[in-house]
Amino acid sequence: MSEKKWPETWQEVNPGCMVFRPGSASEYHTGSWRAKRPIWDNAKCIKCGVCYIFCPEGCITEDADGFFAANFDYCKGCGICAHECWPKAIVMVNEED
Amino acid sequence: MGKRIGMEIALAAAEAAALCRPDVIAAYPITPNTHIPEHLSDIVAEGRLDAEYICVESEHSAISACCGASGTGARTFTATSSQGLLFMQEVLPIVSSLRLPVVMVIGNRAVSGPINIWNDHSDIMYQRDTGWVSLFVANGQETVDMVIQAFKIGEHRDVMLPVNINIDGFQLTHVVEPIFMPDQEEVDRFLPTYKPFAQLHPDKPMTMGALGLPEIFNEAMRAKDEAILRSKKVVLDVWKEWEKQFGRKYEPIESYKTEGAETLLMTMGSMGETAEIAIDELRKDGFPVGLLKIKLWRPFPFEEFRKAVKGAKCLAVMDRAVSFGGPGGPVFAEIRSALYDEPKKPKMLNFIIGLGGRDVQVEDFIKMAKKTASTKKLKPEDAYEIYGARE
Repeated sequence: MSEKKWPETWQEVNPGCMVFRPGSASEYHTGSWRAKRPIWDNAKCIKCGVCYIFCPEGCITEDADGFFAANFDYCKGCGICAHECWPKAIVMVNEED
Repeated sequence: MGKRIGMEIALAAAEAAALCRPDVIAAYPITPNTHIPEHLSDIVAEGRLDAEYICVESEHSAISACCGASGTGARTFTATSSQGLLFMQEVLPIVSSLRLPVVMVIGNRAVSGPINIWNDHSDIMYQRDTGWVSLFVANGQETVDMVIQAFKIGEHRDVMLPVNINIDGFQLTHVVEPIFMPDQEEVDRFLPTYKPFAQLHPDKPMTMGALGLPEIFNEAMRAKDEAILRSKKVVLDVWKEWEKQFGRKYEPIESYKTEGAETLLMTMGSMGETAEIAIDELRKDGFPVGLLKIKLWRPFPFEEFRKAVKGAKCLAVMDRAVSFGGPGGPVFAEIRSALYDEPKKPKMLNFIIGLGGRDVQVEDFIKMAKKTASTKKLKPEDAYEIYGARE
């Protein structure tokens, strides 16, 4: 049986809404909030990692070649990475486009 | 039974808190606070109590530190008053929502402005709906007793809620009264070691204070409401246990000479003691009057209250706070609502008294009682009056 996403009834709510399973927040995909997504142009990227440092979601990771990318399960499209990127290697594009 | 000693009530409250062996005390110890945190810091500094005393930089931090400490499973205590309590407000509903049994003494004082640090109940009334169990004391002995009871009530598995004990600022906090101070052995026998439901610990990760989406918030609030409603039984049980061990009886609504009373006065806090003298004098003159004193404010003891007013023709509710532009003082609004569906209910008047430390004397209670008994028909604009305001 798969675990419930949230308690069905008030009686099932843990006291204080305590959560006893660590890391369960990762099951909630905030990526669905996104209106714009960051796109990296690796030709302009200087591999400084500023995008990785500033990402408030911590969803940007470095690949084996030293380039960066966002995990779209969690990226909310806030655009901070694009704003902070010195060589302007990140652009925000509309999700529908 | 300990010795009966003369003691400033704020210091007695601190001594009582120390007897409960708290692990963490966090407080902002300057005005509008009382001597409670100051004396507790002395007790810790003298080595009489092995506790972490955190002298924080604000009341917001005081309650936040208590919240965090309680989350780790520590028995936690704080005290504040007036603006300090208002500064805590943001955190107060979080403590109760996390079901953490922090105990706090509130030395009730007016909320500015004009700037005023004297006694009334406006500070706690702003915090009425934060989900804390709320007790009101009438004197120094009740202060000591209820501080000790509060830990037992809050920490009970059927409750797991923070508890505040309301003691009138100045009228009680700064007054010396003779008090029976229980000894350590007696308190240890009454109050077992705190066994928390859950503890924040790196070895066993868990989350307190997670996001509650709309899909769960209703249910979370319902569960919290149930918890405080259910706490009444525990309050009553703890009071019974207290009576058995210490011989002093506590009731949610205490009655004074209500036998055959046609007119009832209702007070909360220390003014009940002044009202008692007024009742004695009125009774001497053959005036059938009695007094009800609210000890348990949250959860409100509806059942006990309806029973207590049964048969009375008039009821005068004394409030110590104003609900500006509202239906009367906060206590009155609840009392009237509690009796709305009763087929036979007393005529109800509301006197808002003793704001910002204004003295209310025996003669005032006599006047209010007589006015209540003689008022024939109430017009809507007579619902409440700010008693004694000069015209």
